[in-house]
Amino acid sequence: MRTVVDLTRCQGYAQCVFLAPDVFRLHGEEGLLYAPAVPDDQVERVRRAAAACPVQAILLGEEVSGGAR
Amino acid sequence: MHGELTDGRIVIVGASLAGLRAAEALRAQGFTGSLTVVGDEPHPPYDRPPLSKQVLLGIAPADSTGLPMRADPKAEWLLGVRATGLDPLARRVLLDGGESLPYDRVLIATGTRARPWPNPAEAALDGVFTLRTREDAAGLAERLDAGPERVLVIGGGFTGSEIASACRERGLAVTVTERGPAPLVGALGGTLSKLAAVMQRNHGVDLRTGATVTRLLGDGRFTGAELSDGSRVDADVCVVALGAIRNVEWLAESGLAAGPRGLACDAGCRAFTMYGIVTDDVFVAGDVSRFPHPLFGYQLLSLEHWGNAVAQAEVAAHNMVSPGPLRRPHLALPTFWSTQFGLNIKSVGVPTYSDHVVIAQGSLEARRLAMVYGYRGRVTAAVTVDMAKVLEYYQHLIETAAPFPPPPGAADRALAAEIPVPSDVPDPSVLSHGPTVALTGYVPDRRLTVV
Ligand SMILES: Cc1cc2nc3c(=O)[nH]c(=O)nc-3n(C[C@H](O)[C@H](O)[C@H](O)COP(=O)(O)OP(=O)(O)OC[C@H]3O[C@@H](n4cnc5c(N)ncnc54)[C@H](O)[C@@H]3O)c2cc1C
Ligand code: SF4
Repeated sequence: MRTVVDLTRCQGYAQCVFLAPDVFRLHGEEGLLYAPAVPDDQVERVRRAAAACPVQAILLGEEVSGGAR
Repeated sequence: MHGELTDGRIVIVGASLAGLRAAEALRAQGFTGSLTVVGDEPHPPYDRPPLSKQVLLGIAPADSTGLPMRADPKAEWLLGVRATGLDPLARRVLLDGGESLPYDRVLIATGTRARPWPNPAEAALDGVFTLRTREDAAGLAERLDAGPERVLVIGGGFTGSEIASACRERGLAVTVTERGPAPLVGALGGTLSKLAAVMQRNHGVDLRTGATVTRLLGDGRFTGAELSDGSRVDADVCVVALGAIRNVEWLAESGLAAGPRGLACDAGCRAFTMYGIVTDDVFVAGDVSRFPHPLFGYQLLSLEHWGNAVAQAEVAAHNMVSPGPLRRPHLALPTFWSTQFGLNIKSVGVPTYSDHVVIAQGSLEARRLAMVYGYRGRVTAAVTVDMAKVLEYYQHLIETAAPFPPPPGAADRALAAEIPVPSDVPDPSVLSHGPTVALTGYVPDRRLTVV
């Protein structure tokens, strides 16, 4: 699974950092850095982070499959 | 539902952020017809902002930034296939190799590419990079891993500054050259650019402003550069961060209003022809578009903003499947973020559309502030540094064309903010980097048109 955070919306509330510290972390006071590729054992945590994010900035999903034709 | 609009053939050209979000939105809006997405990169849509942040910091590999889907749009993806032209009369997208795709409606989302170093022989030196694609980021990250002696970054815009920040965080020596008086000055104006310069120097960046690189040196391998002030920088990696070029060349014969600032469209994302006549079956979204905004004097805006690509793709998709009276305008305010040197910079509105600025909250000394921009007595933009939570408030002031300077109560001070000072937005032609927001219309008291 992949995750992307809409950082124009993110306000650095850091709920995601508490819920999935292996995926999300703060860089400085409020800059959010995250690992876009979510390992299987983190999916549930990221799902919880996405639900908890007060501005609904976190999206978790599959990437488009298939390569060059 | 609107029978013929939710059926038929839609082709999207450009398989990146805007293309993917538009494809999803078309399905969410009830489009059941055939949907084809053409993209010249061999990869499914991936996210670019992490390429200058997580990827260069070594937190994420370059090939890990694939964009998650909100829901599978059940599209046919033609990846690694370039569109070479558009025939609006026959309603066909022409493809590399001679094939063509028929459409009833087409969405153009071909974005931008990195502006290359102007001298092709120097640009081809081993160790010289630009940063736009997954391959660019993978190559650059690998060089940074190898521990170069010094990295030269040409251009002090957002991308150049983020690259310099990542290098310093990895303990690498870095030189940044910027033709303008300070980094980020083209996007944020004089006051905040001074803070950006201080931040760079405090973090150990060798910052050379008012200087241009005149020559890249090396014999096969990049070894350094000559500067306009006569000095020389020895370095083994060079990143050219001179801004972006709109991917519009493939539209040259299409009769559409496509030029260096993008493809012009109306507020409903419908492309204009070169005669200024609006089309009804060619739509545009994302970095390649140039669109009018009522809050900024209906000037055409060219943005290189992630949030705009998403918002505009959704409006374009809605309008592609909706009859005239149900169509929506794309009125979202430009918003942008950048993280560098441990600071989170966020912007809303158009900071370059300003004559004065005032620090409404916080201070430069605290490295935590909200700066409000005004033009002719009304609020047109706000930028926060490590104060993202207050941005929404200023967004509201912009949307309601509130008076500038903002009244007391709009600020956390006893006094009504500091005295406004000139915003000092330079003519973009003096900068190394292209601006990520450009007004491309007529401003009576200022030349803002960019070449
Ligand atoms: C390093 C980097 C850092 C960034 N950081 C930030 C940030 O911090 N904040 C922010 O707001 N924005 C940031 N951005 C900008 C953001 O990534 C863009 O606004 C966004 O990618 C725009 O999406 P798009 O789909 O419009 O265009 P693009 O992502 O440019 O995609 C266009 C696609 O169309 C393809 N294409 C072009 N021509 C053709 C053709 N003829 N036929 C077929 N396919 C074609 C291209 O190859 C590309 O895949 C950053 C960009 C970069 C490169
Ligand atoms: S929980 Fe949401 S708002 Fe808070 S840091 Fe994470 S993404 Fe940002």
